[in-house]
Amino acid sequence: MTSLLTEPTAAHEGLELPAWLRDLKEAGAAAAASLGLPTTKLESWRFTDLRAIDGIDFAMPAAHQHALSAADLQRFAIEDLEVARAVFVDGAFSESLSDLSGVGPAQVLLLSDAVQQREGDLRDKLGSLMLAPEDGLEALNQSRMDDGIVIIVPDDAVIERPLEILSVCTGQGEPVAWHPRHVIVAGKRSQVRVLEHSVSLTDDAVGFTNSVTEVFADEGAKVEHYFLERDSRSSFNISTLATRQESGSDVHSHTVLLGGRLVRNNVQPTLNGSKAHCLINGLYVGDGEQLLDNAMRVRHAAPDCESRQHYKGIMNGKSRGIFTGRIIVDKAGQQTDAVQSSRAMLLSESARATARPQLEIYADDVKCTHGATTGRVDDDAVFYFMSRGLSEEVARAMLIYAFAAEGFDRMELVPVRRLLAREMIAKLPKAAGLSIEV
Amino acid sequence: MTTPLLEIRDLHVRLEEQPEIEILRGINLTIQPGEVHSIMGPNGSGKSTLAQVLSGKEDYEITQGEILFNGEDLADMDADERANAGVFLAFQYPVEIPGVSSMQFLKAAVNAKRAFEGKEELDAGSLLRHFRAKAEQINVPFEMLKRNVNEGFSGGEKKRFEIFQMAVLDSVLGILDESDSGLDIDALKIVSDGVNSMRDGNRGFLLITHYQRLLSYIVPDRVHVLVKGQIIRSGGKELALELEEHGYAPFGVNEQATQPATA
Repeated sequence: MTSLLTEPTAAHEGLELPAWLRDLKEAGAAAAASLGLPTTKLESWRFTDLRAIDGIDFAMPAAHQHALSAADLQRFAIEDLEVARAVFVDGAFSESLSDLSGVGPAQVLLLSDAVQQREGDLRDKLGSLMLAPEDGLEALNQSRMDDGIVIIVPDDAVIERPLEILSVCTGQGEPVAWHPRHVIVAGKRSQVRVLEHSVSLTDDAVGFTNSVTEVFADEGAKVEHYFLERDSRSSFNISTLATRQESGSDVHSHTVLLGGRLVRNNVQPTLNGSKAHCLINGLYVGDGEQLLDNAMRVRHAAPDCESRQHYKGIMNGKSRGIFTGRIIVDKAGQQTDAVQSSRAMLLSESARATARPQLEIYADDVKCTHGATTGRVDDDAVFYFMSRGLSEEVARAMLIYAFAAEGFDRMELVPVRRLLAREMIAKLPKAAGLSIEV
Repeated sequence: MTTPLLEIRDLHVRLEEQPEIEILRGINLTIQPGEVHSIMGPNGSGKSTLAQVLSGKEDYEITQGEILFNGEDLADMDADERANAGVFLAFQYPVEIPGVSSMQFLKAAVNAKRAFEGKEELDAGSLLRHFRAKAEQINVPFEMLKRNVNEGFSGGEKKRFEIFQMAVLDSVLGILDESDSGLDIDALKIVSDGVNSMRDGNRGFLLITHYQRLLSYIVPDRVHVLVKGQIIRSGGKELALELEEHGYAPFGVNEQATQPATA
C-alpha cells in the first residue's frame, strides 16, 4: 500500500478545530481506512488503475519548503487576464506569491481561517456535497482537507475579476501529495468566476493532487468554473467539482486536461432548485501514455432544469481517454432537459477512447438525449485543405483544432481560450506552422 | 510556340483499391494559356476522376502517360504543391468544415502559397483588402468569410465560394468539377460571371460538366466528349449544342447503363 493512506503526524494537526469539523475529518479518515484507494474492481474506476502510484512515497505539504519567486510563476500567467491569485506551492499556501485584491465584496480566505471566521457560513456546507464518499480518495480528502480556498460572494455581488487558484508542483525534494478542499459560496444573484490551474515547474516533477471543490450556487447565482490541468507527465491529479444549484442558478464548468500521467476528473452537479441550468464543458488531449478519465454525475433533483454536457477527447500515442456520463433524474425532476454528448478523435492506432453513458431516470416527463462518437480526422477534409495549398500536417492540425474549437467557444474568458488553444496546438503532432486566432 | 498550360499525354488511371478497373484509358488534352476547355460526358465516363487526378488526390494510380503543368510533371507533386503552383479544383461537393472560419482558412491558404513562392506572409490588413476586392469581383458577400468553411452554405453559396477561393489564390488553371450541378439559373449566372471575370490571356479553365447549360454562360474554346475513359470527339463550342440535342446516344452510350459510377 502506498504512503498516501498513512496517518498524518501530529505536527500537521496544529490548529484548534471546531468540533463539527473534527468530526467530519474523523469520519473521512474512518471511511478512507475502510474503503481504501479505489481499485479497478469498482465500476467507476474500471479503466483507471491507481497502482501506478505504487512505490512512490508522498510527503505532506510543508510551508516554505521550496521558495519560489514571482518570476518563476511568470510563465504560468494567463496573458491579458487580470486575476486575483492564490498560489499553492507543493500544496502549501504561499502568501507572498498570492494577491487576492480587487475581488471585493467577495471574501477570500484560507479554509483554516474560514472555519473560524465564517463558521456559520461553512458549517452546514462543508462536506455536504460529499455525503457518502464512494471511494477512498474523496474520503481521504475529507480526512485531510490540507487547506484550500474559501470564496464567499454576498448576494447580488458581481465579481468582475476572476479568481485563480494556482497550484505549482516544483518537483524538488520528495514528491508531495495534497488534498485541498476549496469552497465557493455564491449568494443570491451573485456572479463569480474561478479558475483552478494546476501546473508543474519541470517535466519530471512528481506530485499527487486529490482535490475537492464544493460550489454552492444560491438562487439566480452565476458561477463559471475553469479547471486547467497542465501537470507534468509524471503527476497524478484527482479532482472533484461538486455543485449544488438552487433555483434559477447557472453554473458552467470548463475542464481542459492537457498534462498529467493519470488524471481523474469528477464533475458532480446537483440541480436542487427549479429552472437551474448547468453547462459541463470539457476537452481532454492525451498523448504518450497518458490516462485521462472523466466521470460526470449530473443529478436533476428539481423540476424544469437544464443540463448540458459536452466533452471532447483527442487521443494520440498510446493514451487512453474515458468519459463516463451519468445522469440521474429524481422523481422530482419533471420537465428535465438533459443533453450529453461525448466525442473522441483518435490520432493514432494505439490510442483508445471509451464512452459510457449511464442514465437513471425516475421521473416520467423528461427529455434526455445522449450521443457518443469516436472517429478520426476526415480524409476528405484533409484533401480539401491540401487542394488549397495547405500541407498535410497543417491541414490535419487545423482540423483537429477545429474539432476542439467548439469547446473553447463556450468559455467566456477569451484569454483562457487563447492560452488553451496555444497549449493544445503545441501538443498536436507536427502542428508547427499553424497559427490560429481564437 | 508557347508552353501549354496543361498537357495530358496518353493518361491511364485506375483506382488503387480496384486496380482491375481502368477508369481513364488514354486521355490526350492540351490547354494553352487563356483557353477554356470543356469536358462533357455521361455519368461514369471518368470526368470527376480526371479532375481529382489533376488536383492530386491519392486514391488513384497513374499507370501510363503523364500530366504536364507549365511543362512540369505533376506526378511528383502533392496536392498542396499543385495548388501552390496554381492548380485549382472547384469541388463538386465542397466539404463542410465546422470549427474553421473561412477567413482563417483563406489566410492560411494565401500564406501557404506565399511561403511556397518564397514571399513573406501578408499582414492582416493587406489580406483583408485582398479578400474584399475578390469578394466584390466574384460577387460573394464579404460576410460569408466570417462563417465556418462551407458550413450550412446553400448549394449555390458553396459553388460561389469555390470560385471566390480560386480568385483569392490567383490560380492559373481552374478545374471546375460540375460547378453547375444543383444550381438554379441565378446562381449559375453568378458562378459563371465570376469565372468570366477571371478569364485572361494567361489563365486556363477546364469545365467538367454533364450538361450544355453551363457553356451558354462560360463559352468554351474547345469541347471534348469523354466516354468510357477516352476522349472520343473534340470540337468547338457547337459540339456542346449537338450533344444537347442528340444526347450521348450517337456516341454509343446508353445513359441508363453506363459504367460503374465513379465519384
